[in-house]
Amino acid sequence: MSDTADRVKKIVVEHLGVEADKVTEDASFIDDLGADSLDIVELVMAFEEEFGVEIPDDAAEKISTVSDAIKYIEENKG
Amino acid sequence: MRRVVVTGLGLVTPLGGDVETTWANILASKSGAGPITKFDAADQKCRIACEVKPADHEYGFDANKRVDGKIQRQVDPFIVFGIDAAGQAIEDAGLVDMDEATKLRAGCSIGSGIGGLPGIESESLVLANRGPGRVSPHFVHGRLINLISGQVSIKYGLKGPNHAVVTACSTGAHSIGDAARMIRDDDADIMLAGGAEATICPIGIAGFAQARALNCSFNDRPEQASRPYDKDRDGFVMGEGAGVLVLEEYEHAKARGAKIYAEVVGYGLSGDAYHVTAPDPQMDGAFRSMSAALKKAGMTPADIDYINAHGTSTMADTIELGAVRRLFGDAMANVSMSSTKSAIGHLLGGAGAVESIFCILAMRDQIVPPTLNLDTPDEGCDEVDLVPHTPRKREVRAVLNNSFGFGGTNASLIMRKLD
Repeated sequence: MSDTADRVKKIVVEHLGVEADKVTEDASFIDDLGADSLDIVELVMAFEEEFGVEIPDDAAEKISTVSDAIKYIEENKG
Repeated sequence: MRRVVVTGLGLVTPLGGDVETTWANILASKSGAGPITKFDAADQKCRIACEVKPADHEYGFDANKRVDGKIQRQVDPFIVFGIDAAGQAIEDAGLVDMDEATKLRAGCSIGSGIGGLPGIESESLVLANRGPGRVSPHFVHGRLINLISGQVSIKYGLKGPNHAVVTACSTGAHSIGDAARMIRDDDADIMLAGGAEATICPIGIAGFAQARALNCSFNDRPEQASRPYDKDRDGFVMGEGAGVLVLEEYEHAKARGAKIYAEVVGYGLSGDAYHVTAPDPQMDGAFRSMSAALKKAGMTPADIDYINAHGTSTMADTIELGAVRRLFGDAMANVSMSSTKSAIGHLLGGAGAVESIFCILAMRDQIVPPTLNLDTPDEGCDEVDLVPHTPRKREVRAVLNNSFGFGGTNASLIMRKLD
């Protein structure tokens, strides 16, 4: 898988304190990885920082799985 | 009337990550002071503090034992210290597995004097340098004073009163006193009570130094800087950490066969109505808070064997001593009074709780902890047993703990050993 996916997964592992093998692409942040809404805000900030992209609130609200995040970043990074 | 006893203790201090390590170091007359390592203090007037030591230190604190890594990243250190100390107290009291009915009658009263100052400082810099969109979503609830009580209640399922005192350096003592009243008034059977502080950060040190409260003249001799009652004292040394007690209704504790350390028998509160930082030179507020605690306890000064003084190593030490002398009169001859701030510094909002635990251990072990660095007692400090340099074995039946805070807020607690 892409470099983006690896970096996204690394951020998720660090921020949510979950095991790396649980962070599959179809894992839902809330349902599968135990995140709450504030954790997602923090994750989105970390993605913005790592990839130099801006993720507006309306786009952030649609990111609910690991693959949603990877897809958004792939499509929008500079 | 419902009686309140202490059934569990937890400590995080500059001399240990738990109760027994801290107490052993206190009785070994060790000092927790040293050069500030948490940040580069080269440009500060005060460059020393009593820091909680890292996990790999001989008497360090390992946050990973009881606090989830994710929470550690989100909250200020005072909350981490508080959660850990509360966990220790719950384990010590044998209350790790409470049933639902017990949890409904168990609460928290764990406060802080200042709260998350390091995080307020660092996120303010993020705001100024990188804009509002970079401020952490955990900024607010990671800094709020009542979030030790909040986090502890969530972690252990405590559904009773959830309270947090904010009375500067009296916080720890008020937290215990208020929690004891909640048990007495039948709001709860069990209360986690105490205080925590962690403000060793550039703005914290600078602020107290500018207020002329910190010792700035012993930067080259940190272990000698906190010297209550000594002629050369020159301000307090900032400490950090937490103290939490399990308070429990007496019959409740007895019914489950709990180990009972002490009974909380007296609690007095007063205001100076004098000055924001300076104590009333007559120390009338302290006199009245001690008197009220004695009255509540139904005791006379002769019943008190040990006083853990507020004794911050400032000019106020002798004023406090004057108030004690005025109240105790002839009973002064028998009482021992010391300031453990000489060893661990001033834990601000944590002080009253940590020192109450030292009082309890003094009764348990029948030994009073020392006042370090008391080389040359100041005028008026020579005819009192201030327990200089080394601890002393003696009878300790009942103890008085004083805490006074900015704003002119005073709290006195009296605890006694059960027969």
